[in-house]
Amino acid sequence: MKFRTLALGGALCAALAGMASAEVKVGMITTLSGGGAGLGIDVRDGFMLAIEQSGRTDIEVVIEDDQRKPDVAVQLADKLVQSEKVDVLTGIIWSNLAMAVVPSVTAQGKFYLSPNAGPSQLAGRGCNKNYFNVAWQNDAFNEAAGAWASENGIGKVFLMAPNYPAGKDMIAGFKRFFKGEVSEEVYTKLGQTDYAAEIAQVKASDADMVYYFLPGGMGISFMKQYAGSGAEKPVMGPAFSFDQGILGAIGEAALGVKNTAHWSKDLDVPGNAEFVESFVAKYDRLPSLYAAQGFDTGLLLVSAAEKADVSDADAFRAALEAADIQSVRGAFKFGANHHPIQTIYMREVVKEGDVVTNRIIGTAATDHTDAYGADCKM
Amino acid sequence: MTRETLFNLAVLAGLIALPLYAHLAEEPFTITLATRAVILSLAAVGLNIALGIGGLVSLGHAVFFGIGGYAMGILAFHAQNYMPLMEAPFLIEGTKSMPMIWLVAVIASALAALVIGLLSLRTSGVYFIMITLAFGQMFYYFAISWSAYGGEDGMSIYVRNDFPGLNTLVPIQFYGLCLAALVLALGFNGALARSRFGLALNAARQVPERVRAVGLDPFRLRLVAFTISGAITGLAGALFADLNRFVSPTMFSWQLSGEFIVFIIIGGTARLFGPVVGACLFVVLEHYIGGWSDYWHIWFGLLLLVIVLFGRGGVIGLIAGKARAHG
Amino acid sequence: MSLILIAEQILNGLQSGIMLFLMAAGLTLIFGVMGLINLAHGSLYMVGAFCAAAVAAATGSFALGLVAALAGAAAAGALIELVVIRRLYDRDHLDQVLATFALILVFSEGTRWVFGSFPLYLDVPAALSGPVTLPGGIEYPLYRLTLILAGLAVAAGLFWLIARTRIGIQIRAGENDREMIAALGVDIDRLYTFIFALGAALAGLAGALVGAIQSVQVGMGEPVLILAFVTIVIGGIGSIKGALVGALLVGLTETLGSVFLPEVFKLFMAPAAATQTGASLSSMAIYILMAGVLLWRPTGLFGARA
Repeated sequence: MKFRTLALGGALCAALAGMASAEVKVGMITTLSGGGAGLGIDVRDGFMLAIEQSGRTDIEVVIEDDQRKPDVAVQLADKLVQSEKVDVLTGIIWSNLAMAVVPSVTAQGKFYLSPNAGPSQLAGRGCNKNYFNVAWQNDAFNEAAGAWASENGIGKVFLMAPNYPAGKDMIAGFKRFFKGEVSEEVYTKLGQTDYAAEIAQVKASDADMVYYFLPGGMGISFMKQYAGSGAEKPVMGPAFSFDQGILGAIGEAALGVKNTAHWSKDLDVPGNAEFVESFVAKYDRLPSLYAAQGFDTGLLLVSAAEKADVSDADAFRAALEAADIQSVRGAFKFGANHHPIQTIYMREVVKEGDVVTNRIIGTAATDHTDAYGADCKM
Repeated sequence: MTRETLFNLAVLAGLIALPLYAHLAEEPFTITLATRAVILSLAAVGLNIALGIGGLVSLGHAVFFGIGGYAMGILAFHAQNYMPLMEAPFLIEGTKSMPMIWLVAVIASALAALVIGLLSLRTSGVYFIMITLAFGQMFYYFAISWSAYGGEDGMSIYVRNDFPGLNTLVPIQFYGLCLAALVLALGFNGALARSRFGLALNAARQVPERVRAVGLDPFRLRLVAFTISGAITGLAGALFADLNRFVSPTMFSWQLSGEFIVFIIIGGTARLFGPVVGACLFVVLEHYIGGWSDYWHIWFGLLLLVIVLFGRGGVIGLIAGKARAHG
Repeated sequence: MSLILIAEQILNGLQSGIMLFLMAAGLTLIFGVMGLINLAHGSLYMVGAFCAAAVAAATGSFALGLVAALAGAAAAGALIELVVIRRLYDRDHLDQVLATFALILVFSEGTRWVFGSFPLYLDVPAALSGPVTLPGGIEYPLYRLTLILAGLAVAAGLFWLIARTRIGIQIRAGENDREMIAALGVDIDRLYTFIFALGAALAGLAGALVGAIQSVQVGMGEPVLILAFVTIVIGGIGSIKGALVGALLVGLTETLGSVFLPEVFKLFMAPAAATQTGASLSSMAIYILMAGVLLWRPTGLFGARA
């Protein structure tokens, strides 16, 4: 699928007015079909909202569907670079797709702004001056959760994640900041839908809390089954399993669950309430974390395009590095490895009227940065 | 010269002319797309040896595609990181040389096909379809949890591997390599079908008793065909990995095995050029229907249905009429 | 590891096996009688879950949702039988695989088109939520216990249908000799549509029942489809008894494998490595089981013909 926001008239006016900025062409590769489409749609909608609100008509966005297949994503990246001749790429949701696309795109001198997915390789040894992660390094939410759990007197945890690299990264991130004891560490099958066996293990274990990373449908299944099992240990996880798009499907079973995120719709920072309002007005649903990340990515792109011409790569890069934006997450800046330094909050799932949603209950980590920056030689 | 032969020549001419035109018109992406089509064709040509002549419906051919891909991935990964593959008992280094990688890919996938064939060919019909699917799933889950080589993330290779005398980074040159491999495989397939081995294999599909009566063992015929078939699909896997400069467990997925079968049926079962026509059509459709709507899979599915239900004999059947020798 | 935990895990294995049986029964019936491989069976499972979720959300009643799942999946099954599947009976397996593969695409994206891209909400009814304490002190979710009993009831009903009723006689006759029962005046077209709709309804029922404790989302049918195929191949294609035995074997292998394999590896490996090796091996366990069964008996445990 593909659609374009293009107005030659606007570009012409800008040129006539003698402004420094010229047309920017953006290629967005994201997941718009199949089971993971909800995330891609949110990123796309948030991103396009930011572009639209900027009032700039000379930013052209070409959107493509990667179907969550790495080889399709690679092919689309080739197409966008070779045939559409885009200046900036963005949009990828999944770590494995990012690993397939980002190194070759940045090697060809294009900018890549990640609105989601921050594999550790790209933050450390594989970092690149043209790669900017606007979302988070994969470990960040988990590290913050680990710190929060230690501070709040959790002694023993039960850890669980799917048996694949992102899952292992997330668990490693939690353990990095958690001072207590790990009572059990379980790796489940990727795409597993029945967690009866794991829940029985949770109940039999001596842990004080369950910490898990199970994105998408896996998390929905686990939480529904956990709530019905009579297990009473509190549950915590990174926000991915408790986000707005998913909470609707879990329902009240998720009430009381704590999760870490850099954003929440009730976060009281300038611009956030307006973002939520305009998102609801335009798309008739509550924005998710992914929508917020898409929106911030859009803001970042617009801010850089305001300051520099994309054909001047060094100036454009400097404008991106400055990150002169009013992020819906509040204070936002990039570390030396182009990954965010940001505050991560603890949220709790609550019911507001009929809607199950998140609210912030505290700060889990302030000005948090990632553990890999030291390996990054740009 | 039959209409089918003429049609095949036209397809081949198109495969040469179109990318050349794209090269001159400076549309490198068209060449990339054509390369993808040619490599997928090669994979399906491999499957067609088992399926078209031998009647072995394998729903696990992505195993060999994936093994070929990982052969490239692992060798190039070690070469780009200057890590030897193995130090004891003797030193094996990684390599970025395509001929070397191809050799390893072909041998590894042939060995896998031999073992899987030895086990699977004891069954037949639906059981064969399902046991090959099971082997596919085993490899898929194994690759996902094989963290040394990226697990589900897969592995990126930063620069395409080398071929002596060519600059493989130039799209048209890499395309030429892939096309040459495809033409060789097609030639081999054609010769095989006409050979005594091919005739015996074809007979073993239709009336195994008669083959047995003349003293040949249908099991061994099928095993040889399955092994050759796996080897060719493995070569395609290595090329595919080089095209994307990336390997991942999705190369083992059962959906991909299903797509290989789809190529053959779209083009026309038991036709020499069936897989080529099918794969090219598939790539073109996937690319262009993708632009129609958010829900393009629906249209794609409906189109496939129409082809199966009403276009018996596939595209080649529609254009060139009934097949001659094959029943 | 305590005996209670082991008993609980065995119950879990039984429960997932019984649900798998509902899927596999339809698949094996359709193959046994019509000789058709139906890859789209997982889509019918998904249709059931979505119908249940939509109706339960609109009416607030889980029971009505189940009725909707049965009706919706049966209707979808009958529809595709009349429009598509009917033309495939005399084709080879290759065409059947391709056509039903195409149906998966149509169903998945069609469902997304109708219901949107986000997972739907479907919860266990209040009366069945929470755990119960079984003899021996096992605390077990009531809903899962209900699933085991409901699944056993459906299985019993199915065996009765096939062994004792007129339709059952026709089905068994159809498996043995199609021409003969047509010659005896049975309307074979109607029989086929009925069997297909029956299989679809069973899949839809499984989708709705399982959907209440899992994620109701596009693509949910595919992993189950593969498991169901593994099941009927282990049991012997066409055999209902085989489907039952196969389903229980697969359910138990999968559940117990994921729990006990890591423990086994811990006996002689470092815990972290053991957990990962165990997890990897357990995700391959059922395929290894299937390959093993086929090597031992090339037509499955109870299969008569290939």
